[in-house]
Amino acid sequence: MSDSILKTIFGRLTLESFPIHEPILLVTFAGVMLGGLAVVGALTYFRLWGYLWKEWFTTVDHKRIGIMYIILALIMFLRGFADAVMMRLQQALAFGGSEGYLNAHHFDQVFTAHGVIMIFFVAMPFVTGLMNLVVPLQIGARDVSFPFLNNFSFWMTAFGAALVMVSLFVGEFARTGWLAMAPLSGLDYSPDVGVDYYIWALQVAGVGTLLSGVNLIATIVKMRAPGMTMMKMPVFVWTSLATNVLIVAAFPVLTAVLALLSLDRYAGTNFFTNTLGGNPMMYVNMIWIWGHPEVYILILPAFGIFSEVTSTFSSKRLFGYTSMVYATLVITILSYLVWLHHFFTMGSGASVNSFFGITTMIISIPTGAKIFNWLFTMYKGRVRFELPMMWTVAFMLTFVIGGMTGVILAVPPADFVLHNSLFLVAHFHNVIIGGVLFGLFAGVNYWWPKALGFRLDPFWGKVSFWCWVVGFWVAFAPVYILGLMGVTRRLRVFEDPSLQIWFIIAGFGAALIAVGILAMLIQFGVSILRRDQLRDLTGDPWGGRTLEWATSSPPPAYNFAFTPIVHDLDAWYDMKNRQAARPTGGYRDIHMPKNTGAGIIIAAFSAVCAFGLIWYMWWLAALGLIGVIAATIIHSFNYDRDFYIPAEEVTATEEAYGRQLAAAGAA
Amino acid sequence: MSAEPVAHHASGEAHGSRRDYVIGFLLSVVLTAIPFALVMTNAFSDPRVTAGIVTAMAMVQIVVHMIYFLHMNTKSESGWTLMALIFTIIIVVIVVAGSLWVMYHMNLNMMPEMASEAMEAM
Repeated sequence: MSDSILKTIFGRLTLESFPIHEPILLVTFAGVMLGGLAVVGALTYFRLWGYLWKEWFTTVDHKRIGIMYIILALIMFLRGFADAVMMRLQQALAFGGSEGYLNAHHFDQVFTAHGVIMIFFVAMPFVTGLMNLVVPLQIGARDVSFPFLNNFSFWMTAFGAALVMVSLFVGEFARTGWLAMAPLSGLDYSPDVGVDYYIWALQVAGVGTLLSGVNLIATIVKMRAPGMTMMKMPVFVWTSLATNVLIVAAFPVLTAVLALLSLDRYAGTNFFTNTLGGNPMMYVNMIWIWGHPEVYILILPAFGIFSEVTSTFSSKRLFGYTSMVYATLVITILSYLVWLHHFFTMGSGASVNSFFGITTMIISIPTGAKIFNWLFTMYKGRVRFELPMMWTVAFMLTFVIGGMTGVILAVPPADFVLHNSLFLVAHFHNVIIGGVLFGLFAGVNYWWPKALGFRLDPFWGKVSFWCWVVGFWVAFAPVYILGLMGVTRRLRVFEDPSLQIWFIIAGFGAALIAVGILAMLIQFGVSILRRDQLRDLTGDPWGGRTLEWATSSPPPAYNFAFTPIVHDLDAWYDMKNRQAARPTGGYRDIHMPKNTGAGIIIAAFSAVCAFGLIWYMWWLAALGLIGVIAATIIHSFNYDRDFYIPAEEVTATEEAYGRQLAAAGAA
Repeated sequence: MSAEPVAHHASGEAHGSRRDYVIGFLLSVVLTAIPFALVMTNAFSDPRVTAGIVTAMAMVQIVVHMIYFLHMNTKSESGWTLMALIFTIIIVVIVVAGSLWVMYHMNLNMMPEMASEAMEAM
């Protein structure tokens, strides 16, 4: 009797769901609790809650939302990296009869969480954050097309990430690998809550990703400054457009395949089971139809960042702009024609495999064209090796190797030997770290002064750079070698003692990367402390070429007092060349969207609903769903959505910036 | 949103007339009623013929919705909706045709018993 009441209230959640028998998790929990209490205490002591709520959580300003996305990505990056370190340590220890320190149950969760977090909650929010921050500035707009939707998208992503974090201490995470392949992820083989956490975290975050894709496409298509035709858009805007088109086309496939999987798990259907007509191979097929475009979703904005950085720091117009644009578009379409190369070995046969092998190799042509464009941009340029440029050069050297190992894997016969081996693991870390992450770091160093008004400290930046780049190669060169020797991925213990040395070297590389991450955090801290010396007064610290450098750093809430008029591809360079005068009068009231708490409230209800569904607490799920609907209806009756920044305020802001510019020019 | 609040409604978005909506509604009703009737009355003994007709009606209905409810034509939004439609069609064709091709070969190679059963069922 009382048992059934408990079940109705708590669903599957019992005292055993809390992993008190795992010492590692207990210590982590204690650490997180102490850290969390310290942060909450500090925020309360300094009375910052109101400020955070009014100025950040409810903001519809694309710049602040972009910054919040990047903070979310950095926090989740630390979690994902902690998982990586645990795996490196386990694999370096578990030799000669030793079981290492992680049991199989825990180890499987660690590698799943590492993959899920790094792709969905580090790379995605990082990329989205930079696009949010930069794209409206580069096209001379005041905000994105749908500012409220932007805030809502961020909070859906954040609550998706929170669900993954909750799984660490309440229940457990999936033990299926980062794509939760069926039938392993079906109810027969994964009866616990792990896969349900996976499904609902990704579904909640997926809504955010999709809506932010819609938002940025609309922004780029509809809100460009007058004169900025498509072929005058900065390359970063082009690659952002391509990425968001990919998001809008690909993410519904993920949503659908996860919905079918949840029907299998919740409603007893048989889409992906072994029996009753189910077909697990269809899951693999569908998830890679999303999964391959996903890697281009991540890398294309990074290509855009490299294009901006190379041209700025070579003090030259980008070489081959038109070919860069077409290469981006060709990659966008081709990224939908290669998905089968992730499962050559599943048995489609020679004709299918050769088609997908060839399309995969063809992608390397537009990608190669981009590399040559960057090299020719540097050729005879006056190259300044500041941090963003250093990351770009490191990217070119690292990514080319990763691209070539990718072409090896694209040969179906070679893939039959190498699939699911550590060679594959080394390959995709090579392109994701060497491509996406280096690109994001270049972007952070490049746009930090624009976002916050002061440059990053170069000394700690260089320490971080060298530790990262060297650490990456020390960590992953042994993984390539192990893969060629036939070691498969996701192994917890090893028999052959001759392999141990390579895992120890890889572990040392991971330690170097850890120093690199620490140096980067120190770089942020030092720069914030020394912000007065590092202050960017002109708004154009690097001799920039695109419109984001035409306004102050950080830009005012309205970005541009007057919408700029574009005559040339490098619009700001063109303005500087023509010595176009800054307007000094005639300011008018500026129409702006108002902050709203609806985004965070609806997203929080979604997370409550997801938590209820994960634990079979149906009343909680229903409550969450009702909350989502009610909050949405209430928000739709909120007519108080906009306000005007009075002309006097604009005048005061712009005159202060004028004085600042004059002072910087005199100094 | 903030840049040009006034221009938003003046940019020539197509708004349908009452006549368009009525035509669209009637066509949708007919295109939904026919498949229902076919399934309810078992008009064809071969379920594959029924499935084919239902699918065809569904695709016609998609076009009806696009023209009469979403007001898509070659000129709306200075051609962007048409371009988005072409891109969508390319992607959907790639995904559907590719999946059928891939899954057909996998069933043939990896599930020989099931394939032969399917042959017998034919």
